[in-house]
Amino acid sequence: MVLRLMDKQSAKIEPMGEELAPFLEVDSLSVWYGEKQAVQDVSLSAPKNTVTALIGPSGCGKSTLIKTINRINELVPGVRIEGDVRIGGESILGEKVDLRSLRQRIGMVFQRPNPFPKSIFENVAYGLKIHGVKDKQTLDDVVEWALKHAALWDEVHDRLKSSALDLSGGQQQRLCIARALAVQPDILLMDEPCSALDPIATSRIEELIGHLKEEYTILIVTHNMQQASRVSDYTALMWLGELVEYNRTDELFMNPKEKTTEDYITGRNG
Amino acid sequence: MSAASRKSLQAVREAVQKGDRAPLWAAIFENIVRGFTIAVVLMLVFILGTIVWEGVPQISWDFLTKAPTDGMREGGIFPAIFGTIFVVLFMILLALPLGIFGAVYMVEYVRNGPMARVIRAAVNNLAGVPSIVFGLFGLGFFILFIGRNLDYYAFGTPRDNAEAQLIEEQLEPLRAQYREEAIAQAKIDELKGKERGDFIRGYVAERMPAQNRKVFGQGAMFWAAATLAILVLPVIIVSTEEALRAVPASMREAAYGLGASKWQVISTVVLPQARSGIMTGAILAVARGAGELAPILFVGVTFFMPSLPLTEPVNFGPLVIQVVNPFQEFMHLNYHIYTMATQHPDPVGTRSIQFGTTLVLIVITFMMNIGAIVLRRRYARS
Repeated sequence: MVLRLMDKQSAKIEPMGEELAPFLEVDSLSVWYGEKQAVQDVSLSAPKNTVTALIGPSGCGKSTLIKTINRINELVPGVRIEGDVRIGGESILGEKVDLRSLRQRIGMVFQRPNPFPKSIFENVAYGLKIHGVKDKQTLDDVVEWALKHAALWDEVHDRLKSSALDLSGGQQQRLCIARALAVQPDILLMDEPCSALDPIATSRIEELIGHLKEEYTILIVTHNMQQASRVSDYTALMWLGELVEYNRTDELFMNPKEKTTEDYITGRNG
Repeated sequence: MSAASRKSLQAVREAVQKGDRAPLWAAIFENIVRGFTIAVVLMLVFILGTIVWEGVPQISWDFLTKAPTDGMREGGIFPAIFGTIFVVLFMILLALPLGIFGAVYMVEYVRNGPMARVIRAAVNNLAGVPSIVFGLFGLGFFILFIGRNLDYYAFGTPRDNAEAQLIEEQLEPLRAQYREEAIAQAKIDELKGKERGDFIRGYVAERMPAQNRKVFGQGAMFWAAATLAILVLPVIIVSTEEALRAVPASMREAAYGLGASKWQVISTVVLPQARSGIMTGAILAVARGAGELAPILFVGVTFFMPSLPLTEPVNFGPLVIQVVNPFQEFMHLNYHIYTMATQHPDPVGTRSIQFGTTLVLIVITFMMNIGAIVLRRRYARS
């Protein structure tokens, strides 16, 4: 497992020039919770099929930033958003944007695995069912596809009817990834997906992220700088709600331009 | 650490160790508390013990399945058991949807806004209203207002004396006409004296349209159930609210994150997960509703009914059965105990029936509470 990960890391270095068109763009985004400003004027953009890691100390606005992208932080009372977020050039923050189809396009994986207290099958099929898919064969096919994509099929294919809560933490998190993939998103948001998992489960998820970026554009929030350097193509360091530095991951870790970045990645800060 | 602060720490340590020894008043206080607690337990034991001791000999198959006979001195209490069970059944059928919708609205839609505060205040005040007031409300609102209006629009039954008089005036020409017909007929038949009077009265009464038909504007099991439903509404709303709030935010986020609409989140994630809490609340509400007398006192409970409140036989395909008619009066265990103890001409001679009835009532409510506990345990485990 470890060996394979290291292989992936060395293979990852590929030309990622500026010519790649931005797919996900965050444009001068500011977010307030009541009086408290959580994100201050952040701009960044990510090309298609890349992994962008958001790092930074607790409470720096990383989670708020990605929760703005699928607009799930609008569930918090008193939230106020300024600026813009565009996907494929289209703004997603307008009043008229259909949140149901927006969230179908932007899957999210949360910090703690949060499967529904239903069967494994029902968990994965849930998203399809709420979007109106009823055909049994289609559901079966998509559930199998999603579980295979989330590298969980081999472990659960013979017990799809058993409760998702009987799975281990790492399996639950991969189930949540499968659940998000089942509705066919373009973008995957991951909010510290490994923070509640042990190292082996973590490495499985990291490996999975490496595969998933071939089809999805991934944004991952992490506390773990090794993780960011292992899985991501781009890394953004956030500090007290502001974006300090955003660059290709190898650049950011090798030649940080900002003093804050250097202090943070060398552990002198945060 | 300086010498001074070390010294003061030493003083604190000594003070704490000194306080460690229990002074006399602590022992006294402990005994007082223990005494009161034992007194409470003894009271419960005494009450339950008396009821069981005196009530058990009364319990028999006939007592549970027969109607009272011989001026309530003999026979059983089946109609009262029947009425108690069905009135709470109708109660919960009315209260549960209302309470669940109210709680869902509060938790999922208005959250902690001003509207939620208004509803919560209303619910809390509702819970504090004396139960006899619900009885008066039931009489005034359900029977006199809703029931009488239904009768008025369905059957033309007058709602008050003025209307009764008006109808009487309108019917007067008709009455006079029938009277004349009857007199003419009596003349042909050569009827005399009492025979003639009876014939004329009968002739007229037979032909006059009914004007006092009461179906809804009188005491009925349904109105009693509706009154009890309002009484137990706070129990259901509060327990449902707690159950909804106990559903983790992560479950809602997961569903919203997949693109679920608000209604889908509520119906497919929140309500299923809150089910056990809602069921527990429902059973507690049933137990509460079964134990109340004051709210139903004016709205349909009756001392004695010769038959059960059933409809005429109804055809269900091959089956011909009588179903419960909620628009009839009914007997009730609580009222049975009350009337046997205070209204019956021989309250001493019927003591054993009173104890037996009380025992049955307690067993029914006790079983419901046990049911609630079992249900909660089972769901908590899964």
